[in-house]
Formats: sequence, C-alpha cells, structure tokens
Amino acid sequence: MTPVLELQDVSKNFTLHLRDQAEIGVVRDVSFKVDAGECVVLGGPSGIGKSSILKMTTGNYHASGGRILVRDGDVEVDVTQASPREILSLRARVIGYVSQFLRVIPRVSTLDVVAEAARGENGGEEQAREKAREMLSLLRLPEKLWNLPPATFSGGEQQRVNIARGLAASRSLLLLDEPTASLDALNRQTVVELIEQKKREGVAILGIFHDEDVRDAVASRVIDVSRFAPQPGASQKELTHA
Amino acid sequence: MSDQSLLSARHLRKMYGARLGCTDVSFDLHEGEVLAVVGESGSGKSTLLSLLSTELEPTAGSVHYRFRTGETRDLASLSEAERRFLLRTDWGFVRQDAREGLRMGVSAGGNVGERLMAVGERHYGQIRGKAIDWLTRVEIEEARVDDMPGSFSGGMRQRLQIARNLVTHPRIVFMDEPTSGLDVSVQARLLDLIRGLVSDLGLAVIIVTHDLAVARLLSHRTMVMRGGRVVETGLTDQVLDDPQDAYTQLLVSSVLPA
Repeated sequence: MTPVLELQDVSKNFTLHLRDQAEIGVVRDVSFKVDAGECVVLGGPSGIGKSSILKMTTGNYHASGGRILVRDGDVEVDVTQASPREILSLRARVIGYVSQFLRVIPRVSTLDVVAEAARGENGGEEQAREKAREMLSLLRLPEKLWNLPPATFSGGEQQRVNIARGLAASRSLLLLDEPTASLDALNRQTVVELIEQKKREGVAILGIFHDEDVRDAVASRVIDVSRFAPQPGASQKELTHA
Repeated sequence: MSDQSLLSARHLRKMYGARLGCTDVSFDLHEGEVLAVVGESGSGKSTLLSLLSTELEPTAGSVHYRFRTGETRDLASLSEAERRFLLRTDWGFVRQDAREGLRMGVSAGGNVGERLMAVGERHYGQIRGKAIDWLTRVEIEEARVDDMPGSFSGGMRQRLQIARNLVTHPRIVFMDEPTSGLDVSVQARLLDLIRGLVSDLGLAVIIVTHDLAVARLLSHRTMVMRGGRVVETGLTDQVLDDPQDAYTQLLVSSVLPA
C-alpha cells in the first residue's frame, strides 16, 4: 500500500532579499513516509525546521527542492508542484493542519468555527453542528462560550477551539504543530485519546509535540529532524531528543 | 467545480501614452475564487481592474469570459449593448468611493431596485421586497429603505453598494479598495460581511487592496504588483508567509503586527 504522505529529498532555504540576499538553510534531504494509522513525530530542538516541514506539507511554505507526495484517493499529488486550487482542494478534503494558534475570524461564533470544519462533502448542516458540540464538550469548553466568537477567549480556550476544529474534520492526513502547548493535564489527556482514535480510524498523522508525556503516548516513531540539518555535523551534538 | 475558468486574462498591457499602466498580466479565475491584487499606489492594480471590467481598453492582450450559456468570448468582441448588459447582470463593481458606485439622488431601496429593473423586473412590490431583503442582508434596517445614501455613514454606504451589486446575483464582483477610508471597527464588520456573502453565494471576486490583512482574510490567491508588473502570485497564505520576491518581502515586513 502506498503511504499517505511521502517526502523525497525535500529541502528548504529562505532567501532574505532585504538582508543582502542572505541564504538561510533550514533543512535538506528530508525523506520519510507516513502510513495510514501511524503517528510520526518530528523530534529535535526548536529552530531546527520541524514546523517548516509541516508548513511545506500543507503548502503554506514553498519547498526549495524535492517532492512531497500526498495520497488523494487513488492519485498522488506532489504538493510542491500543485496549483493554488489543487492545494486548497487538498486542504478542504485531505490535509488537516492544527497549529498552536487560532486565526480568529471576527464575529463568527465558536460553534460555527468548528462546525464549518466538520461540514464534509456530503454531511449536512445539523450533523456538522452535532459534531462541533461533541468536540467542544470533549475538550471541556464551557457551553456558555459556544455562541461567542473566540476572539476574546484566553490562549488555552482558543487553542481548544483550534483543536476541536482541526479534529472535527474528517481528513486522511493530519499535521499537528504542538496542539497541546498550553493545555492543562486533563485536556492534554483528551487530545491524546482523540489522536489515538484518529490512528484507529486509519488517519496518518505527522506531529510536533514538545510535551514528552504526550509524545510518548501517541508516537508510533520519532524522526530526529537534526539529521536533516543543512551542514552535516553542525547539529550532531543536539541529537538528544530522539 | 468546473475546470474551465470563468475569466482569463492573457498578457494584458495598458499604456497611457508613453507611461506604463500595467504589462504582461495573465491569470485565470474560477467560480467561487477570490483573487486579491495587492500593491502600492501606482502599481497598476486599479488599471488592471478597469481592463478586466472593460472600463478601459487594453493596449495589448485579451480577456476572455465564460457566459452562463457556457460560451467563452473575448470581451473585446462584445458590442456596447452586450457589454452594458454584462455589467448590469453577471458582474458587480464595488468602488472605493461609494458616491461613484451609488446614485446619490435615489433612495437606498431605489439604489438596489434600480439594478433589478435593469434586468427586467417590473413588479413594484416584488422589487421593493427584494430591495428590503438585500438591505437586511447587508445589515441596513428596513426603516432606512426610503432614506437617501447621503444620510448614511461611510460603512453603511459601502454595505448599500454591496447590496446594489449583489441583488442581481452576479457571478463576478470587482472590488476596488472597498474598505479603505473606513474606521477600523467599521472595516472589520464590512470585511466579515463580504467574507460571509462571498462564501454563501459562491462568488468569484477580484479585490484590489493595499491592505495585506484584507487579502489574507478574504482571498484564496494573491497577486502582488509593482510598477505595472506582477512580481509574485500564488496561494495567499504562501505569498504572505513565505514571500519569494524581494518586493513582496518588503511589503510583508513593512506591516505592523496587530
């Protein structure tokens, strides 16, 4: 069976035109696969390019080289070559991305924010709202907040809305960028259970978790991103997190 | 989702005498897609909007439009009557200055109803009913239907302009800096309203703005213009979060974080 996600020799450099064309190498020769039902965790110290790998996979960053193959039903799409329309279509159906931060849309209620993500290709409005209510209760967001826009919520509350939204949607590939960063122990445990459930459903997950308990609980395997450092040997000393 | 584009521009160029308006602009727009054109004053973005909406004739290049019948035609080949009909039915144009997009001597309801009459609606009660419905959708109270736009605030006028344009269910709406000149809170409300309507109605939109936050909130794709040329184009979040071109990097880094 083909993997859900495969990166082949992916590299990322930033060219800073405003800094005399400085070239900042982030990662190079990134190659790995993620199969259905497994949770692959990107490990290594911060600033080493873990988030960049997730962002390239969802098409938010350009890849400077290599291929990022995402399985969409019977076809494989190379995200690095896909048109904006193809990437938007992948995000709407195939790839879910949960970051640490909720990009708040003014005036849209919390329930609608989550329900919008849950609305599948054929699911009805009421099913989507039911799913949204379920996710928000699971993550212990007080019901009195559901009809308010999340703009004024605390960081932890916003993050729970963000996770509820990210996990309410049915996607075959989930990219998680520290989804548990500012959660209390109880909600962290809930997120762990939700991730386990996604794995059982056959979702392929690629994630970054700084919290060791969460990482140990969900990781099928850990890939040390420092081995993709642009200058070989430069970050060998930092191989501690793997 | 149709794979055929609704509007496609190829190598558009406009010269004002010896001065360059814009050059070599090509793109495709599909149904339901929102394209933001960003750049500073003089970048050619408003010229481009005028070329696309047939208000200006290009010096070179072409714009093709797919009609509701499925037929695709070069806009330059339309007769004046066909062009005007298109502007009244399939297209909308929301202008920066509401006074240019509205008839200031006609009531709010009349401004909306006029577009309906232009497409052949004759029943007064129905026209008034639809006008009130659209005023409500853009959050203007029914009680204001007989008031003149001159008595409206800037934000209300823009909302009225939007109602006037959307009442005929257009397929493409051109927007020229629709939120500039408004207070920040008024801007947020208007943007949110536009965002909701665009997604509910599946509208294709080309929005010209100098405000990157507007592009991020509303658009799927962004085209960055400078000196009449397109310097970068792509998925909006990619252009804004990982800009490749030197000028785009400057634009993105010049914005104060909110």
